[in-house]
Amino acid sequence: MFKRLKHTNILERMNNHDVKGFSDMRKFVILCILFAVMVLAAAFAMVLGAYNISFVDVYATIIANLSPLHDVSNFNKLHNTIIWDIRLPRVLLAIIVGAALATSGAVFQGCFRNPLVEPYILGVSSGAAFGAALGIVYPHIFFSIQISAFIFASIAVIAAYMLARTRGQTPIVTLILGGIIIGSIFSALVSILKYTANDSSLREIVFWLMGGFYYATWDDVVIIVPIVSLSFLVLWMYGWKLNILSMGDEEAQALGINPEKSKMILVALATLITAVAVSTVGIIAWVGLMMPHATRMILGPDHRFVIPSAAMLGGIYLIICDTMARTLTTSEIPVGIITSILGAPYLFYLLRSKGSSLIG
Amino acid sequence: MILMLQVEDIHFNYGKNQILKNISFDVEEGLLCGLFGPNGCGKTTLFKCCMKFLKFHKGSVIMDGIDIKKHRIEDMAKVVAYVPQEHKPPFPYLVKEVVLMGRTPHLGGFFGVKRADKEKALNALELLDISHLGEQPYNQLSGGQRQMVLIARAIAQETKLIFLDEPTSALDFSNQMRIWTLLRKVAEQGITILACSHDPNHVTWFCDKVVVMNNNGIISQGAPNHVITETILDEIYQNMCTVRSLDNVKMILPRDVAVKKRLDTKTDARAPN
Repeated sequence: MFKRLKHTNILERMNNHDVKGFSDMRKFVILCILFAVMVLAAAFAMVLGAYNISFVDVYATIIANLSPLHDVSNFNKLHNTIIWDIRLPRVLLAIIVGAALATSGAVFQGCFRNPLVEPYILGVSSGAAFGAALGIVYPHIFFSIQISAFIFASIAVIAAYMLARTRGQTPIVTLILGGIIIGSIFSALVSILKYTANDSSLREIVFWLMGGFYYATWDDVVIIVPIVSLSFLVLWMYGWKLNILSMGDEEAQALGINPEKSKMILVALATLITAVAVSTVGIIAWVGLMMPHATRMILGPDHRFVIPSAAMLGGIYLIICDTMARTLTTSEIPVGIITSILGAPYLFYLLRSKGSSLIG
Repeated sequence: MILMLQVEDIHFNYGKNQILKNISFDVEEGLLCGLFGPNGCGKTTLFKCCMKFLKFHKGSVIMDGIDIKKHRIEDMAKVVAYVPQEHKPPFPYLVKEVVLMGRTPHLGGFFGVKRADKEKALNALELLDISHLGEQPYNQLSGGQRQMVLIARAIAQETKLIFLDEPTSALDFSNQMRIWTLLRKVAEQGITILACSHDPNHVTWFCDKVVVMNNNGIISQGAPNHVITETILDEIYQNMCTVRSLDNVKMILPRDVAVKKRLDTKTDARAPN
């Protein structure tokens, strides 16, 4: 049957270069445009800031730092510090954290077959918050806030996973319930720490919970970039499988994909990049929930395209929000506040205008 | 004839609750075989055992000469396709994308989908006469259309065997007939089909072979004319059905309706006098 059908088809389509009505070119073009927008946004964000430095100076400094000689002696030292040691790592961190949260949001939504899931659903954020709060309140025991946050984020997710695992299977509903249970326990623990903490620690905990890039350094960038990029590549490779998984476990199996194994890998990697991002910059809401939706509106639900474009949109969104956070007022606004204030009305708009087609 | 599917002595229980006991049947290549039985008799469970969604405790399933226990999930998908009862996925995939998903077992590489795969997906849509749906979001179609898309996906999967779980249960009369006619068309291409159904008329009219099951297991199998008889129907439905023949087409009627109809005709005949 197929030989016959294919034969007539090839003859019919001889003149067509691509399969008619099935071209992915438009989507590839949009991916390229998004990448260009992200680079432009980053370039623009580098020039903006509380301390006014001209466009030319900014890029001269960056080029001098990038050049092999690394000769920055004839530049203004203050400029060099602001641009190379403060703004650039901060912009890079915003991109990579945005990409990590948005990617893992897309992966979680696909795996859990639910467009309202966000990366924090399995308790990552509450675990990280507890870890960070411990690090803030007991700095002599937990010497690094970031490492402590990461460890407790991992503990929270592993605990949620163990709660959900029954008879060799991990049903999605119990996994989400497990995440909610563990999340609420850790939130309660954070409240205890807040209640007992002294004023300065309390203030620091509250700031951490709102998320922000204030302390971004090259060290953070060097740790987080390779982890997130590698995980991102693997997740992107799973894009097509994620399409199949979102149809349900049995269908995935009938189409030749081991649902337990694939989901395990996807959820583990998505959780890893979320935990890394959260433990570095605190809890930034909305990016993971919103960017995959925005992407599906532009490119459709095929995860081979949703994952990279969500990542780039996440990067763009956090660059914009963080630039606003550090330039709107004389003191900094925690970026989590801005992402929420911009994000909530957007989701409201989505639900009202495209709710039926997006959420089915 | 070559046996495409051999099910031998399957036993399955959920905990202490025995669902399947001593189930054996086989299907020859190129047949449209109906699996017929009342609600709750274990048709779907049997399907899931055959698809390896559930692990059965005893017995064996042999597809195209190979025991499915020896197959990996990836290999199974090249032998048998599964058409679930229609459902809505959470994301608005386009129909052509859903059909393209049928090519998954044959894909490789990073982006995977090749030109030939896209063509096969489009061909499957053409075969089912639903090319016009290609650009529409799958989750906004009607139930009947979705069922057809899932069948197209199974055809794009290019397997020798297709399983359908109650393909017509949620559909109106015209769509039910369309689906069954279509399944006949697919079977004539040499693909073996096993479809479960709880409508005795459908299996009698459209299937080459029927396997009848009730809570005690398989009670009969063979050509529909031999298998769907009043005796068998009485056994599964407790004396509810009457088998009639209308222009040589077998019809299964509820006994009450058949009796009432006969009385009505008698009174009608008497009335003019």
